[in-house]
Amino acid sequence: MASEQTHSGNPKVDIEYRRKKSAEEMRYQIVSFTMMIFLTLVAFIAVGYGDFTAWFIVPFILLLAIVQVVFQLYYFMHMSHKGHEAPALFLYSGLFVGLVTVLAFVTIIWW
Amino acid sequence: MHVEEKFTAETWPAAPEKQTLEAKNKFLGFWLFLGGETVLFASLFATYLALKDKVPNAEHALAKDLFELPLVFIATMLLLTSSLTSVYAMYHMKNFNFKKMQLWLGLTVLLGFAFLLLEIYEFNHYVHQYHHTFTSSAFGSAFYTLVGFHGGHVAFGLLWITTLMFRNGKRGLDLYNAPKFYVASLYWHFIDVVWVFIFTVVYLMGMVG
Repeated sequence: MASEQTHSGNPKVDIEYRRKKSAEEMRYQIVSFTMMIFLTLVAFIAVGYGDFTAWFIVPFILLLAIVQVVFQLYYFMHMSHKGHEAPALFLYSGLFVGLVTVLAFVTIIWW
Repeated sequence: MHVEEKFTAETWPAAPEKQTLEAKNKFLGFWLFLGGETVLFASLFATYLALKDKVPNAEHALAKDLFELPLVFIATMLLLTSSLTSVYAMYHMKNFNFKKMQLWLGLTVLLGFAFLLLEIYEFNHYVHQYHHTFTSSAFGSAFYTLVGFHGGHVAFGLLWITTLMFRNGKRGLDLYNAPKFYVASLYWHFIDVVWVFIFTVVYLMGMVG
């Protein structure tokens, strides 16, 4: 992990090691960004050009959105790093409450 | 390590955003805030889904009449790219390269601003072309509340990042402002996460019918 402090006693060696680590992490970020753009393109093309039925396309683009958000959370927002237990608790609690709210509003509201 | 300490690229810690107690508290508190924001946006999404296309008569435009894919696509690309540029900014922050961090933050602000202008154009278009306003129907209220709230977040994020850039322009990086930049970039990613659901649930699902 790039967020770990290293102590080799030699700052020059440390900095080279850390630069390499953050460059490596940056590469993962680029890959995840490319994936996000790709997923977005697939969703737009599916809606724009496809003759698919709404029954297929709605769950499909929702799934693409969820995968993309996972990329955002784990790579861009560093949820994959250590020390993110409390953030994960807050976020998943928020998502849970959100999901229940959405479920309630789309099923029991009738006007 | 204390807040005012002067650093060089060699002595700069690997996790500058979590070195001081204040930074740790800020980090935890900010994620608690993001949890709350998730609930806020979820309730707006739920309201939108319940009131989508609920209009008083056939003269009102529905979601599938309003939305145009190219505009939403450009807006999406702008915001997604601005998320990447803020990742680059944090990369340079970790490498103690203040100038490059400021540069990438500036790019982030520009892209975010372009997104906001596009949204203003879009709303203006709906109001004048389709008479789709905040008060024209339940659908209109729900749509403008959800998308407008997100736009408001973008505007706030732009002000936040710009303020940080100007306030710390001459200070350079230290443990006092590193957590501030870090938290602002987290906020920016969160805005992007919300947009992923908006373009999917509001625009793409709106086009499908």
